[in-house]
Amino acid sequence: MRINSGISLRAGLVGTLAAVALAGCASTTSDDDDGGAATADLTPVTLQLQWLTQAQFAGYYAALDQGYYEEEGLDVSILPSGGDVVPQDALANGEVDYAIAWVPKVLGSIEQGAQITDVAQVFERSATLQVSFADAGIDSVAELDGKKIGSWGYGNEWELFAGLNRAGVTDVEIIQQAFDMNAFLAGDIDAAQAMTYNEYAQLLESENPETGDLYQPEDFSVIDWNEEGTAMLQDAIWADATRLADDEEYAETTVKFLKASIRGWVFARDNPEETAEIVTAAGSTLGASHQLWMTNEVNKLIWPSTTGGIGMVDPAAWEATVEMSLETSNETGATIISTEPPSTAYSNTYIEQALAELVEDGVDVTGDGFEPLSVTLAAGGS
Amino acid sequence: MRRRLADLGLGVAALLGVAATWELYKLLGPEQGWSVREVRVLPRTTDLAMPHVWEMLGRLPEPLTGAPGAVPLWVAVLQASGFSLAVALVSWVLGVVVGFCFAVGMQRFALVEAAVLPLVVLSQTVPLIALAPLVKGWGGRVEIGGFAWQGWMSVAVIASYLAFFPVAVGALRGLQSPDSIHRELMRAYGAGWWSTLVRLRLPASVPYVLPAIRLAGANAVVGTIVAEVSTGLPGGVGRMILEFANFASSDPAKPWAPLLGAVLLGLLVAGLVSLVGLPLGRYRRAEVTA
Repeated sequence: MRINSGISLRAGLVGTLAAVALAGCASTTSDDDDGGAATADLTPVTLQLQWLTQAQFAGYYAALDQGYYEEEGLDVSILPSGGDVVPQDALANGEVDYAIAWVPKVLGSIEQGAQITDVAQVFERSATLQVSFADAGIDSVAELDGKKIGSWGYGNEWELFAGLNRAGVTDVEIIQQAFDMNAFLAGDIDAAQAMTYNEYAQLLESENPETGDLYQPEDFSVIDWNEEGTAMLQDAIWADATRLADDEEYAETTVKFLKASIRGWVFARDNPEETAEIVTAAGSTLGASHQLWMTNEVNKLIWPSTTGGIGMVDPAAWEATVEMSLETSNETGATIISTEPPSTAYSNTYIEQALAELVEDGVDVTGDGFEPLSVTLAAGGS
Repeated sequence: MRRRLADLGLGVAALLGVAATWELYKLLGPEQGWSVREVRVLPRTTDLAMPHVWEMLGRLPEPLTGAPGAVPLWVAVLQASGFSLAVALVSWVLGVVVGFCFAVGMQRFALVEAAVLPLVVLSQTVPLIALAPLVKGWGGRVEIGGFAWQGWMSVAVIASYLAFFPVAVGALRGLQSPDSIHRELMRAYGAGWWSTLVRLRLPASVPYVLPAIRLAGANAVVGTIVAEVSTGLPGGVGRMILEFANFASSDPAKPWAPLLGAVLLGLLVAGLVSLVGLPLGRYRRAEVTA
């Protein structure tokens, strides 16, 4: 035990020192990554997620597990993110090849100079809710007036502010919300931010101290931004705009990557139970019922696709998100962007090509007959 | 031996004391906590906010998740702690070595001290959340021959950034601590800078360096856990804390398990670091706190 840790420690130290010493020279040659990989059969591709491994990213894990990426000649590594990793920044800095991020957040980064393109709008609908207790009488945005409203901030708050702006509600107290729902359950927050696929499920997995059973959907009142008309586009696949324009190989890789990823999402639609298990096996500690719930809710955000196929950017929805990003001001009066984004901010070129190839192979890319599961959550999500 | 046992007894008593204080407050404290205006001074005592100690411990032997074949929670926590321990030790060694090199350089050249010491102090004002994505980004581009940068190395570098500081400052003070009468004696012997360093300054610095490396140990553990949270590195306690936050409402005892792991980690590192002092006993005449 002692000996082992000693050796690995020394090896690790040597490695670390060597790496630190060489970091300077290596960083200047990193652009040659693609050329160096030509010797291998598979093209290495890195995908930066915007959060930990969970079924929110089920399609990519399914594509990896089912060998779809490999069939396209890609060796994909999926990088989960943590508290401070900003996927669009990692992409713009050339650290990764593709990234998953919400559109409004990235619009801000693009205005700051990030050269990246939305090449596939995977989630067609918004998953953001504002949840309150049913007896609190908050059934509409107007009734948020004078309330304590929870939000995670960091760019997750814009749909809320768009809704508040639109309803003319100004007298609210915004409370920084943690990753759990305890502040809401304890009454510190009147209306808490929740994703349909995660935090809302956390509530339904928690015990209601009054009844001793789990909370039920009828215990809560939910404001859904899709219904309020201030939904913004969420999870999209982003690619490096400069490389798309200059690097033909990267453009081809993008189509292959999209093709395999879409196949993964189709797999997640048709095999939600198996997909949930794949995600758990990929290193998620979420319980089985929570993971399945998340897979199912994420499927609902994608299927059925009304834009002509999963991943197609609907110009109207894009325009709506841009308009809200220009107009919506938060509690400090700031807006996400001040000018229209450049035309490179999104492109349907690559997804159209990927979808056409998939349709030719007989893949159903619209899921018109999609029927969601009805998932029962267990206590603690297990 | 008897002293060891007494120490152990004291340690256990301290742990029991913490648990007893927790339960006592939970029993007597106001259910809704206590706030002065908007600022919460005392926490709530509900089962959601403060699960009973026995509930936290009782959760440990239960499986991690409801999935078939899931390991018990305590096994998962220990595995994560072991992973973080390895990273923390690497970062500690790195921090101590770098810190010591800084100290020796600063002691040797007054110019270096004047130039570097303010930067060393300034370095600690850079918030970790700004540094973490940068280091991760740089690391992601490092690829030399067969060597590829691993995610844990970013975490080790970030943690060593916190760990080197007390060593640099403490060791510098220690190296400068010999009285002028001793330095002049060395000069009278015709001893050069190197012999003076090895025979006079290093032994004299021991009482300053030992507390400094103990601080570095604590910093390495905190830095490792925070950097794990920050960069989302899978495998360690930090990531586990982040992941288990998901269960704070639905499985309130579970998020406390990785915290117990973090405490264990801190104790272990403190113990390992104190071992360094054992062979240096003859130099530890007057230990000072850094």
